[in-house]
Amino acid sequence: MKRGLQRVRSLIAERPGAAFGGGLLLVITLVAILAPVIAPYPPDQQVGPIYQAPSSGHWLGLSDEGFDVVSQLIWACRVSLLVGFCAALVSIVVGGTIGILAGYFGGAIDLVLTAITDYFIVIPALPLLIVVAAVWGPSLFHIILSLGLLLWTTSARVIRAQVKSLRERTYVRRSRTLGGGHLHTIFRHVVPHTAPLLVANTILTVSAAIFAETALAFLGLGDPSQTSLGKLIEDAYERGATTQRAWWALLPPGILVAVIVLSATLVGLAIEEALNPRRSHVPFQLHLFGRRRRTTELPPSTA
Amino acid sequence: MTRTRHVVRRIGFALVTVVAAVVANFLIFRAAPGSPISALSLRPGSSPAYRQHLLHQAGLDRSLPQQFGDYVGNLLHGRLGVSIANQQLVSANLKTAFLNTLPLVALATVMALALGLVVGVGLAWMRSSRLEGPGLLTVLTTYSLPTQWIGLVLLFVFAGTLPSGGISDEFLVDPSFFTAVGDRLQHMILPATALALSIFGQYAFIVRSAMLEVLGEDFMLTARAKGLSSMRLLTRHALSNALLPIVSLTALIVGSISGGTILVEAVFSYPGIGRAISSAVSSRDYPMLQGAFLMLTILVVFFNLVADLLAVKLDPRVTE
Repeated sequence: MKRGLQRVRSLIAERPGAAFGGGLLLVITLVAILAPVIAPYPPDQQVGPIYQAPSSGHWLGLSDEGFDVVSQLIWACRVSLLVGFCAALVSIVVGGTIGILAGYFGGAIDLVLTAITDYFIVIPALPLLIVVAAVWGPSLFHIILSLGLLLWTTSARVIRAQVKSLRERTYVRRSRTLGGGHLHTIFRHVVPHTAPLLVANTILTVSAAIFAETALAFLGLGDPSQTSLGKLIEDAYERGATTQRAWWALLPPGILVAVIVLSATLVGLAIEEALNPRRSHVPFQLHLFGRRRRTTELPPSTA
Repeated sequence: MTRTRHVVRRIGFALVTVVAAVVANFLIFRAAPGSPISALSLRPGSSPAYRQHLLHQAGLDRSLPQQFGDYVGNLLHGRLGVSIANQQLVSANLKTAFLNTLPLVALATVMALALGLVVGVGLAWMRSSRLEGPGLLTVLTTYSLPTQWIGLVLLFVFAGTLPSGGISDEFLVDPSFFTAVGDRLQHMILPATALALSIFGQYAFIVRSAMLEVLGEDFMLTARAKGLSSMRLLTRHALSNALLPIVSLTALIVGSISGGTILVEAVFSYPGIGRAISSAVSSRDYPMLQGAFLMLTILVVFFNLVADLLAVKLDPRVTE
């Protein structure tokens, strides 16, 4: 117990940003899970006049339909996080599989899979998402699936590079020499050693998916029956929160998205950096560029 | 020699990508639930014969490969079909939209670059100082804010002082050239700012890491030993050498700009390509959506290619 506390303390000292982000993410996730218990009001019942300003009873006022904004936000976090995590899982399955296959087998398989990955990197993600969502029709399931199927490229790249170096390690080669099949080698030796990287990329993808979901919801492509954070921003726009000067309906959902995205980014990057200290501190989308940069200290100042 | 090969390979990849985009564009819309004419044949008095007639007219009664052939043939002739929403040629709609989007994106990119340069150099300078953490966090936060939300907040703040939507004041009668340009700029300033704010973080981080890399080089130490001032060191020696990665990565950001443009143009009802896409989505105008998506994809691929070739031109080592 004591040792555990010590470890947590040293982690906070070493990576304050990541610890802060992790803590925040944990709190938000807990609040989202406990929404039915925590939310002070039902999120879809009128409890007062529309766009009532914040008061002691309703900390962030009421929405355009007279719903309590705090309760709406809590329930919306639930939907957004659900979309984020499920989409990230789909994407890590796709990206992980492609990355591992490309890195492990190399040769022609690598060539083809890398070309496919490059193609998806170049195609602008949001427009493609919009087209797919528009054609498929809005439902939570479709959104999760299309987000997952389009946000895997970064993971695939990073994991491919890792597996490529793993493949040359002695224990992997020995496993092959001793007659271990490809499947055995992959699941016994390659996957366990890429697991932390998979986790890091999943967390990074959660933030990307939540971010992209707000965009889809804003364009009316979200599930109309599920109120996500993106839907709340759309409601604020569609129903005139700006002209009604109802800042309490507009500001909180956007800030909450930023907090979730930022926390997840900080945590994901910290894990990735811990695994690969040479990687620079760049935000998640920049990983798309696949370039490793060396960060160096400033030369000592003499001025 | 390797340089020529690299250039040829990049151009080849761009062409393959465009072809793949054309195929994807065809397939995605064929996979749509219901046929594209199901909405049309719902009008009162429509019979199976009428439905058949519509199918035939749209070429949908032919086999998939034949349809694909038709589609590619039309594409090569620049025929993108007719918009369902306004009955105009999709290509004509897109041309107007493109000419509107171009200045907006250019302005936003310039703003984002300027902001990114200043902030990135500032962040590099703050390295290992007490301000580094808060500085990084601020940039990361703006970067994490939804683009449409930034636009809405700008709208909220500047609603009275600046035009909140559209591209020009319709009540200007016979404006002089300068009035017209000023009017356009006034309409562009809010969407461009929103777009710039949402993407400058990427530039700032690229500039920062490029700067840090250059600052660690030996020639920087030499320059410092020569007794040059910090400012001169930073701008003349470090920044000029850090520009290469900035240029080569700039066009890669075009992808995220294209996404941001859709959202920003929706917020400010700015009649560009982004707005064409979002309104095609809400009116289920598939020909328009298909055309706009294809155009956007080709533009992104094109700018990627330009950046790639520019990077080779600036630094032949890139081909390695």
